[in-house]
Amino acid sequence: MEKQGTPLLQMQNIKKDFFGNQVLTDINFTLGAGEVLGLCGENGAGKSTLMKILFGMDVIRETGGYSGDILLNGEKAVFNTPFDALAAGIGMVHQEFSLIPGFTAAENIVLNREPVKKTLLSEVFGERLNTLNYKTIAETSAKAIQKMGVQIDADMRISDMPVGHKQFTEIARELSKDQLKLLILDEPTAVLTEKEAAALLDSIRNMAAQGIAVIFITHRLQEILSVCDKVVVMRDGYVVRDVPAKETSVSDITKWMVGRNVESSAAPSEKAAAAESGGKTILSIRNLWVDMPGETVRNVSLDVREGEILGIGGLAGQGKLGIPNGVMGLYDAGGHVEFNGKEIPLNSPKVCLNASLAFVSEDRRGVGLLLDESLEWNIAFPAMQVQNKFLKHFGPITLRDEKAIHAVTQKYIDELMIKCTSSQQKARELSGGNQQKVCLAKAFALEPKFLFVSEPTRGIDVGAKSLVLDALKKFNRERGVTVVMISSELEELRQTCDRIAIVSGGKIAGILPASESSEEFGMLMVSQVK
Amino acid sequence: MNTKQNKAVNFLLNNMVPIMFVIICAILLPLSGFSPGYLLNEIITRMGRNTFLVLCLLFPIMSGMGLNFGMTLGAMAAEIAIIFVADWQIWGIPGIVLAMIMSIPISILLGWFCGTVMNMAMGREMITGYIMNFFMGGGIYLLVVLYMMGPVIPIIHSSIKLPRGYGIRNTVSLLNMRQALDDLLAVRIGGVKIPVLTFLLIGLLCLFIVWFRRTKLGQDMRAVGQDMNVARDAGIKVERTRVISIIMSTVFAGFGMVIYLQNMGNLPTYTAHSQIGMFCIAALLVGGASVDRASIGNAFLGVTLFHLMFIAAPAAGTAIIGDSMIGEYFRVFASYGVITLALIMYEMKKHRNKSQMGQMLAQAQREEGGAS
Repeated sequence: MEKQGTPLLQMQNIKKDFFGNQVLTDINFTLGAGEVLGLCGENGAGKSTLMKILFGMDVIRETGGYSGDILLNGEKAVFNTPFDALAAGIGMVHQEFSLIPGFTAAENIVLNREPVKKTLLSEVFGERLNTLNYKTIAETSAKAIQKMGVQIDADMRISDMPVGHKQFTEIARELSKDQLKLLILDEPTAVLTEKEAAALLDSIRNMAAQGIAVIFITHRLQEILSVCDKVVVMRDGYVVRDVPAKETSVSDITKWMVGRNVESSAAPSEKAAAAESGGKTILSIRNLWVDMPGETVRNVSLDVREGEILGIGGLAGQGKLGIPNGVMGLYDAGGHVEFNGKEIPLNSPKVCLNASLAFVSEDRRGVGLLLDESLEWNIAFPAMQVQNKFLKHFGPITLRDEKAIHAVTQKYIDELMIKCTSSQQKARELSGGNQQKVCLAKAFALEPKFLFVSEPTRGIDVGAKSLVLDALKKFNRERGVTVVMISSELEELRQTCDRIAIVSGGKIAGILPASESSEEFGMLMVSQVK
Repeated sequence: MNTKQNKAVNFLLNNMVPIMFVIICAILLPLSGFSPGYLLNEIITRMGRNTFLVLCLLFPIMSGMGLNFGMTLGAMAAEIAIIFVADWQIWGIPGIVLAMIMSIPISILLGWFCGTVMNMAMGREMITGYIMNFFMGGGIYLLVVLYMMGPVIPIIHSSIKLPRGYGIRNTVSLLNMRQALDDLLAVRIGGVKIPVLTFLLIGLLCLFIVWFRRTKLGQDMRAVGQDMNVARDAGIKVERTRVISIIMSTVFAGFGMVIYLQNMGNLPTYTAHSQIGMFCIAALLVGGASVDRASIGNAFLGVTLFHLMFIAAPAAGTAIIGDSMIGEYFRVFASYGVITLALIMYEMKKHRNKSQMGQMLAQAQREEGGAS
């Protein structure tokens, strides 16, 4: 039993860096048995990393471990694998479902912990030839479902279930483990309907009443207030607030979440006013849906004005990445897209490129670059393929114009300050930031009228970040190219863009000028679009 | 679209291959001019001969490793075992039982090797198995049987050795164990011989498969087959489970090959295994199985339809254009064709599911638009 007065979980001075990049600094909080803790923060605030540490995920150990102590019931706990954490009574429901699609809910609940009956063959060949005891399986799962307090059909196959029931099956699986003391729920309500979410909140209260501590991560702040005992707000790897839920409000939390130097990041832009007044619409998206796994877009209509920089922001997994990928034809999409008054057919990247749209993908190693080719090749390749640039013709034979390729590469290397040994260096050998610059150069070399840039600063350091953003701005202002920039980092969007559209639940939650306060954007990010 | 119609279309799409073969057989059978008695006799003989081999394919499908082209390794193990048994002149039922027992360690070794390599080539198990079958059959098996048997591995009787003094002859006669298993409890009903013991063995394997699905190992295999990562996160030893499923398949393929050879009554030393994998896989697919889903029923239906076509095609060929070679052509064409078709349909189904996701999104959007 736990000692009197010792909290169930204590996190003490947790620090973590990924190769010198500090993502968690001095995290401290405590959690008692039967308490519900709401954990919130923007993307990249360090919530997931913290939970990965607590759950002993491999990725933490592979990247050099962490410092600080985790105390369970006052004793120091070291989890080398998730199985250690499970044995110690920590359960976690991940954002991605971890269910076998062809199994029933009951089979999934007892997955790899199935009660068995001894058989003759198992005496000879080992215990894996024990037969399953279907009666006990049914009992165990029924008990877990009852403990959860939400009714789901234990005999229904996962593949036939609505998404909410899958979520409940996962929770029931954790509850069926007798040793469970602490349950981590990572955005469980993101996929639920309002009614299901309400049922889940009831179920969390129910669990807490039975003495199970819950860490509840969500972007729906109202839920935190209604179910949690205390709220921990994280920002940039720090715990910025640790307060009882009763003493706070949605607007407070929002401010703490996004509120880094609200004053200093003044909105830019002599052009904001001009954009405000409304130029000509260059790209108009109507009723777009995109089937991009994890970034589904539903019924998006959006107008982009000529010459502006439009930001698309929002939390991870809400669909902001799906918009450019769908328009450019990389994922299955439907709806209408008009560019410069002409309809652009979906699902065909070539036509988009021909219509002088260009795209810098967020997946720069997969889609963006030919990693084993030289910078010259990387920068000139799309222009060669799409626009027949950098080619020399000798009668029927067409050859590459190496001289022109070299010249254009050198130009962008200088302009974007790409750090490389020569324009012949392989793209793979560059650092992340410089690879990103090559991706931009590649798009610039197409001389597009319209440019989608997706997560241009993901995974690159601060110095490179501002260079990339400045290059984008310059490209926009000097050549009059319309830019749509997608980023998870609101501050970055506010520094760069004229207007910012926020995507939530696959839909546009609202479009605001960049000068609007962070809180306003924060509210849109966590809002529910009906 | 109304749902009844939808269901019918889905049924047709899902069972396209068996339906096609029923039609082919329905056309060929009258043309061949065989009597029902003769056909029944032939079919029962061939079912006894082949069904055990086809059933051994079910284990790797259960664990998500697709069609096990590597089952030929089990056949090779059985052939080596049977060469020894023939050399020691242990005939009849004791010979068959001994050959089965001797094939087990060789099958386990080969299956373990095959499974381990397949784990290194996850997602490409089928092509790996196919190449493995060339490597083992064309390389190791030849080395052992053609060169090592004699000088290294003692072979007593010169009657099965090549005249040069080492290596095994092209054909090893198994006349003394020919159909020993089939004849032991055979029953004749109206001129049709039913090899009861062989069918009992097949029945036992079926029961084992049904029972096996309810074991912990069977459940683990199904979990691994459906989602390897989820299974791994739940603590199931994925690699080990996959290797076990290949070993089981190989061992049962060895038993199946012994049954096959005792029925044939001779061992074509260098060719017996070469096409057995392909014909068994084709038979299973003809029965309506797919790369990721197969049942005992598929195996029986497949063997029946596939071999009906085999029996009828040469005679039908002769009747139509006076050339029985057309039947042989049909046989090979159908085998390769049905495997290719099954692989294409598997990919198409995956694609169809993907585009259905998109259609669902579009549909939801339309409904929303209509409502607002």
